[in-house]
Amino acid sequence: MQIQVNGEMLQVQDDITLSSLISQLELGEKRIAIELNLEIIPRSEHVETVLKEADRVEIVHAIGGG
Amino acid sequence: MSQQNDPLIIAGKSYNSRLLIGTGKYRDLDETRLAIEASGAEIVTVAVRRTNIGQNPDEPNLLDVISPEKYTILPNTAGCFNAADAVRTCKLARELMDGHDLVKLEVLGDQKTLYPNVVDTIKAADELVRDGFKVMVYTSDDPIVAKELESIGCVSIMPLGSMIGSGLGILNPHNINVIMEDCKVPVLVDAGVGTASEAAVAMEMGCEAVLMNSAIAGARNPILMASAMRKAVEAGREAYLAGRMPRKKYASASSPLEGTIVG
Repeated sequence: MQIQVNGEMLQVQDDITLSSLISQLELGEKRIAIELNLEIIPRSEHVETVLKEADRVEIVHAIGGG
Repeated sequence: MSQQNDPLIIAGKSYNSRLLIGTGKYRDLDETRLAIEASGAEIVTVAVRRTNIGQNPDEPNLLDVISPEKYTILPNTAGCFNAADAVRTCKLARELMDGHDLVKLEVLGDQKTLYPNVVDTIKAADELVRDGFKVMVYTSDDPIVAKELESIGCVSIMPLGSMIGSGLGILNPHNINVIMEDCKVPVLVDAGVGTASEAAVAMEMGCEAVLMNSAIAGARNPILMASAMRKAVEAGREAYLAGRMPRKKYASASSPLEGTIVG
């Protein structure tokens, strides 16, 4: 199925969980926060959150800024 | 030292340093870290951005360099041009920081001036405060807007000295004075300071603290400038507390006139 991650279309396996997506993107160890279809998904819910076709995922981290 | 008995209090937490610094525009994370250390800052702003998909997973993370255990991390909403985006960014920041809810709200008007869009700033501040955020708000030097943001419940009002990244100093000190006169929460000058004397001016006026990024990161030697800013902010604060001498129209000799060998 196709989902959108940070504005880019991405082909992923059906019923992939958020935590699997994170580890596939090799972001597992990073300090990140995730929004799914405009809703924050707390870290504790990444394992149980199953993605569906056309979901929009935003993955953010902290960078330098004023 | 007066610094030790004179903490800056923001949202109930005490800080010894009255210099808050941003982490943008540095050459690398090492320079960022050294500048923060030289500045003595305890509150450090960061931006929230999309991760690069496919980036090097071993790339050092900013939060590994400035650890949230050591510093108060102040996520900002820089780059947001409407209330909805700013609120979303703050919610992501809260999740990123494991529930830490102190944020720097800035909703910008346009790219050229980076002036605050005060209408959306007020809208976002209202929503964020209701949602439990502690909001330090970047705003214009308009006393009426500042008052509105204070009544909404922002924990700090941060008028600009001049445009972000301009280094033009404090262009309207009178307005900042008017804002401070009535404000019950700390007033910080955020943006515009270009060099140490301008930071000292802000502190001598009675501002509770100064927030800056470009003045340090944009200096030829950022680490040395960070040290200069630390001293300027401390000097300005002490001068404010000491109370300057009155201005006089004519000279007043420092050495006694009696007993001179002349005449």
